Amino acid sequence: MNPNAYLVLSGIIFSIGALGVLLRRNAIVAFMSVELMLNAANLAFVTGARVWGKLDGQAAAFFVMVVAAAEVVIGLAIIITIFRTRNSASVDEASLLRW
Amino acid sequence: MIAAIIALPALSAAILLSLGNRTNKFGPWLAIGASTGSFLIGFWQFLQMLSRPEEERAVVTTVYEWLAVPAAGFKVNFALQLDQLSISFVLLITFVGTLIHIYSLGYMSHDENPRRFFAYLNLFVAAMLLLVLADNYLLLYVGWEGVGLASYLLIGFWQHKPSAAVAAKKAFVANRVGDFGLSLAIMTMFIVLGSVSFSDVNEGIKGAPAWVSLTLGLLLLLAACGKSAQFPLQSWLLDAMEGPTPVSALIHAATMVTAGVYLIVRSASIFNASEIAQTAVVVVGTISLLMGAVIAAAKDDIKKSLAGSTMSQIGYMILAAGLGPIGYVFAILHLITHGFFKAVMFLGAGSVMHATNDNVDMRRYGGLPKVMIFTTITFFIGYLAIIGIPPFAGFYSKDHIIEAALSHSWWAGAAVLFGAGLTAFYMTRIVVMTFVSKPRWEDDVHPHESPLSMTLPMIVLAIGATSIGIILTQNHIFEHWLEPVTGFVEPEPPFSIQTITIITLSVVAIGVLAAIWQYRKVAKVAPKNVSFVVTAARKDLYGDVMNEALLMRPGQATTKFLNIFDKSVVDGFVNGLGALTTGISARLRRSETGYVRSYAMSIVVGTAILVIALLIVRL
Repeated sequence: MNPNAYLVLSGIIFSIGALGVLLRRNAIVAFMSVELMLNAANLAFVTGARVWGKLDGQAAAFFVMVVAAAEVVIGLAIIITIFRTRNSASVDEASLLRW
Repeated sequence: MIAAIIALPALSAAILLSLGNRTNKFGPWLAIGASTGSFLIGFWQFLQMLSRPEEERAVVTTVYEWLAVPAAGFKVNFALQLDQLSISFVLLITFVGTLIHIYSLGYMSHDENPRRFFAYLNLFVAAMLLLVLADNYLLLYVGWEGVGLASYLLIGFWQHKPSAAVAAKKAFVANRVGDFGLSLAIMTMFIVLGSVSFSDVNEGIKGAPAWVSLTLGLLLLLAACGKSAQFPLQSWLLDAMEGPTPVSALIHAATMVTAGVYLIVRSASIFNASEIAQTAVVVVGTISLLMGAVIAAAKDDIKKSLAGSTMSQIGYMILAAGLGPIGYVFAILHLITHGFFKAVMFLGAGSVMHATNDNVDMRRYGGLPKVMIFTTITFFIGYLAIIGIPPFAGFYSKDHIIEAALSHSWWAGAAVLFGAGLTAFYMTRIVVMTFVSKPRWEDDVHPHESPLSMTLPMIVLAIGATSIGIILTQNHIFEHWLEPVTGFVEPEPPFSIQTITIITLSVVAIGVLAAIWQYRKVAKVAPKNVSFVVTAARKDLYGDVMNEALLMRPGQATTKFLNIFDKSVVDGFVNGLGALTTGISARLRRSETGYVRSYAMSIVVGTAILVIALLIVRL
């Protein structure tokens, strides 16, 4: 099996995610972009597992999913709390932790 | 038993100081008792010593092993040596000391806290006895420091007076310079001779190279200069008169200041081995005796005038001690007679001050014989003794020093003769201004004779000042007595003894007549238009100015320089390091913007760099 197409797709998705994190101000969108990056990584893991015929990559993908699910719970909770206090979900406005 | 001589006053001082105000009632009596007990034991020891044959008179008792460093071969015992020299001192210290304790009972009766005063006096007596009874230099050093401490505490006894506090500090600092000499001498002894006990040093110095005795001699002379207020460390003694008068009599006239003479005589073997050191001692003694006499002749403060006289008389003793075996005995003889006549005069001065509301200005005295006859007579006896009129004590001791000095060199002889004339001048001046001249009292002063507790010691001391010289020189008793310890060589002056006596007495007579003529009328206020000698002498011959220029200013300059060095170089380095760190962090913290996206950017860039680096390494 030729993994090139999968890996290229994974790279494209990862790049879209990274650019989303870097460029979008809305916290929800940035958060979704992080999910995109994680899923791109998952795709790469699964592709690897398929190429070498071993289950290690699949197992890693499961771990990533579990971590992503936990992260979503905490992340969304934080975003909602911020939104409640500031009436905005912009990541640039929440910049109090600085010099 | 010998240790008890020291232990009694030491114990009494400890009780009075540690139990504090609870001992106020009986404190002075306990102190007098301790001092008297010390004297009685000393006298008993003296009688026992007399009963032994000459060779067995010196005894050493080891109380306990004090310090021992076996690896370095260092061993010092707490050992007391009682020989003819130390018993002479023991008797002088405890006898005069006891009398002055009794005198203080009357003198300090109006004071707030006589108990503390008596405790310090006892402390002094104990330390001084330790100084003269020690059988090694290190133990002597303990006593040496002890008397310095007691002197400091007693000069500053009225510490609420700033002048007294400053004088105490000055005395302490000047003494430290001398102590430094003594400690260096002790270290040198241990390093070169391997021991610090008198007997070992006496033996060891015989085979030692010349530089050892020279170094030790000069260091010990420095020590003696500090303690005995000799040139160039003399300036503290005049200021020390801020202390209560009994202190001036006991510590700064009769005993402590003579410790330097004791040190030199005790170290006779060292000085005998070095002619240069001996000459240095003679020169220091000569300068001091003339300086002291000139200062004494110009001061209007009776105590300062007597202090100048003390410095001058100790100059005589130091000079005699520098003459070698012809002088040691006479130095000690003069020390003992001086202890009596100077103490009686200081006590007399105290009595006069007591009667005139603590006034010390001789220009406001006069006409006192009518109101205080005992003080006048006893002071006059002291006066006759110090100027050397036979048969009073000073005549015998001073005449012998003049003979010894004349057989040493013409200049030493001329100096002591001139000094004798000056002594007669300034003492006559004191007597005329204080007693003989017309009353010039302050308006509210009503002089009265002092109580018996004060006059009695003066009378006893005056009897001593009258008789002790003739007793001690009868049939050369004192020379024979001290000869086993210090050695003795009969002086051979270039003139016959009768001639010398006549010359001395005529010089003295000139001094007396000059003073009587000069002070036939005494002004109430010191005249201003005086010669430069008097101006200089009133300022202690610029002793303080010299100290200031030679020691204080360079010291201050060094401090200033070090301060600047510390501020600019040391602080500069440390502060610069701090400033550098703060500066860098001030710039670095700018990168913490608080924008999540810029952090994300740095993570991406960092990861990219890591990946590229890994790829490059792989290739």
